[in-house]
Amino acid sequence: MSEIYVSGQSGIGRLIQVLAKRGHRVIGPIVRNEALVYDEIAGVEDLPKGWTDLQEPGRFRLEHRGDEKLFGYAVGPDSWKRYLNPPNTVVWSGTISPDGFMTEPPAPQPKYAFFGVRPCELAAIGVLDNVFGSSNGTAPIGGYAEVREQAFIVAVNCTEPGGTCFCASMGTGPSASSGYDIAITEIAHDGNMRYLVESGSDAGAEVLADLEPMETASGNEIETAAELIATAADSMGRTLETTDLQDLLQGNAKNPRWESIAERCLACGNCTMVCPTCFCNTMEDNLSLDGQHATRSRAWDSCFTLGFSYMHGLPMRESVAARYRQWMTHKLSTWIDQFGDFGCVGCGRCITWCPVGIDITKEAAAIRRGDLRDTQIRTPGGVA
Amino acid sequence: MATQTDALIIDKMTPLPFRVRSVQEELSHTFTLDLEPTNGGFRFLPGQFTMVYAFGIGEVPISISSDAAEPGTLLQTIRRTGAVTYALGRLHAGEFVGIRGPFGTPWPLERAEGGDLLIIGGGIGLAPLRPAIYHALHNRDRYENMIVLYGTRTPDDILFERELREWADRSDITTLMTVDAADRGWHGSVGVVTRLIGRVGFDPTRTTAMVCGPEIMMRVTAERLLEVHGMKPEDIFVTMERNMKCGIGICGHCQFGPNFICTDGAVFPYTDVDALLHTKGV
Amino acid sequence: MTEETILELLKNQPFLDGMVDEHLQQLAACATHQEFPANEVIFKEKGFADAAYLIVEGSVALELEIAAARHHIVQTVHTGEVLGWSWLFPPYQWSFGALTLDPTSVIRFEAAKLRELQDTDCAFGYDLMKRFAYVMMARLSAARLQLVDLYGHAN
Repeated sequence: MSEIYVSGQSGIGRLIQVLAKRGHRVIGPIVRNEALVYDEIAGVEDLPKGWTDLQEPGRFRLEHRGDEKLFGYAVGPDSWKRYLNPPNTVVWSGTISPDGFMTEPPAPQPKYAFFGVRPCELAAIGVLDNVFGSSNGTAPIGGYAEVREQAFIVAVNCTEPGGTCFCASMGTGPSASSGYDIAITEIAHDGNMRYLVESGSDAGAEVLADLEPMETASGNEIETAAELIATAADSMGRTLETTDLQDLLQGNAKNPRWESIAERCLACGNCTMVCPTCFCNTMEDNLSLDGQHATRSRAWDSCFTLGFSYMHGLPMRESVAARYRQWMTHKLSTWIDQFGDFGCVGCGRCITWCPVGIDITKEAAAIRRGDLRDTQIRTPGGVA
Repeated sequence: MATQTDALIIDKMTPLPFRVRSVQEELSHTFTLDLEPTNGGFRFLPGQFTMVYAFGIGEVPISISSDAAEPGTLLQTIRRTGAVTYALGRLHAGEFVGIRGPFGTPWPLERAEGGDLLIIGGGIGLAPLRPAIYHALHNRDRYENMIVLYGTRTPDDILFERELREWADRSDITTLMTVDAADRGWHGSVGVVTRLIGRVGFDPTRTTAMVCGPEIMMRVTAERLLEVHGMKPEDIFVTMERNMKCGIGICGHCQFGPNFICTDGAVFPYTDVDALLHTKGV
Repeated sequence: MTEETILELLKNQPFLDGMVDEHLQQLAACATHQEFPANEVIFKEKGFADAAYLIVEGSVALELEIAAARHHIVQTVHTGEVLGWSWLFPPYQWSFGALTLDPTSVIRFEAAKLRELQDTDCAFGYDLMKRFAYVMMARLSAARLQLVDLYGHAN
């Protein structure tokens, strides 16, 4: 168990600067277009100080509370997969000639520092580690492994759950115990914001050593942090019962509930875009006009599109019900067959960003109870 | 720029160049590429597939149809259906394709040893079975009765007809062919391929069946083997197909229930796919 | 071939598996054994269906004449299978022609006698009808599969 330090906001700012000095491109949460996105930050001034998020099924709003909190919000539509498995990335490029063709790997990937990674997001990164680095052998060049190995992770524990969070049900939060280089917990103390800081790895300890020495956190401060986290765990707005969920969903492939969901689902694919563990991708080929140079890129794809399951010109999953069933059964059931654990980390993004507010926790519960039809009329923003 | 050698040690997402020796027309929309590896031999197990890359156009998953005992030759039998397959069909000797693989699970040729081997192909489905037939013929004494049954639409649609007739002439295999429709020029059987099963002798308690063809053909054949001929689903193997982009289990496209067809298949025991084949849109 | 020999032959036919001796004897009494070389017409389409046939050994093509001298083979039947049931119902007319593919030996049953036996001995009639009904069901299922694009030829 490493030492827990405590610091003020300036210490957090220095941490960002030290990471930048060490050659990391520091990515953190910022406010943009009335949402929370992950982009480059230079210092504490770029963080969403005083902002909070109001999330409900089908609804996301930012509110400026005007407090001093740097981390008074949960997560927006962005997730760290944007950097680990970018929306579009070159896998290789090649040239053809009468002697054959040669391929070359893409340019080296950037060295990032992920700043402000929530515990559910740490879990999501762990999930992606299993997908892209597992029994397949070599991870694809130009993608995951290279970014992952170089990325420095600064986690932020959650002291306020977001409106759609259910990490407690999934065992992925609201605090992290591993998977980070440095972890921060923000607490209020005597009217000031204080930050408990601890390292979770050798790399983390090295960076902390590079900062000016910090005070050791007091027992009181540590207790305050623990209480805040415990309260957050108890005040989640929803739960997902995970007992026997794997068998439940695979055993309910013909449940009429899927048709009922399909009456609402637009197959827009928002859920797959915002989900931090959705990894489905497609390969895109580009050829120069002279036919001599080609590139192969990997791009995000979604199982909600008709083209996703095209075979011999026809979609194998033609109905919206089949596609929704595929997504939810994969996320909460067959993912376990494939990778040993759930694909869902309880971040709530799919619930928030679904235009019609479909709630994966409610649908799982409905199937468990045997409710075939949804009898509530639900409008974005809540039950009518 | 990476050299050819560097290309060899890259990874499963980068294709290796193979030189086209010839493009052989098989049927009206089907051709076989005879490919020469450019970096030594190409080793695979019968039933496996590769991702075949047409430079700058794209990739398609194609079952290998060559003899695994001849690593100097890779044969890929391809049906023209879209941009990539048409591009592959327009290649000439001396040009190059990219190959990634081999991928996927093989036919259970070891498991089948000591018993009867029942191989049933439909349409182009004979192509993924051909390496298994070659293997069994090279190791004939490891199997008891060896039966090859083949069905297709018309006599003009018989794949590998010359070889089927060669096998039919052998005394150590029973080979039967059938078509759905023919005129008097055809002296063979007419009728659905499942009708051939009752005409050959095999012990259903000691038989491994390998069935390959379009999904509906495999399903009706497996059902017939189960319901009429007393076989068990764990002794019947089929090969599934779905949209594939990566071939290595990271793109998500080929999911079939809990399975990735590219890594958990494409060859599956019928026990794994029976329920899934009866669930629409899974 | 004598009636006894035919009876022995019938006892070994899968099509008649389980039929009681008494009924087998009645069948043998209206049966003759015939042999055809390859490429010989057993009966013509629209011909009078005056017999039922059971193929002891060989292959027979069922064909339709779709144009002058152009024949389309709809199905082939083989060793152990029955050939035709148009003799069961009026107007007793073959809906297909039958042409041997290989040298083929058959047992030919007099249709009129069979029908009379069926009418007078209900147990026999029911047994025989069940066997034919099963074959019709199986052939219909098989024919339906022939109509489906089973081998994926549609592009």
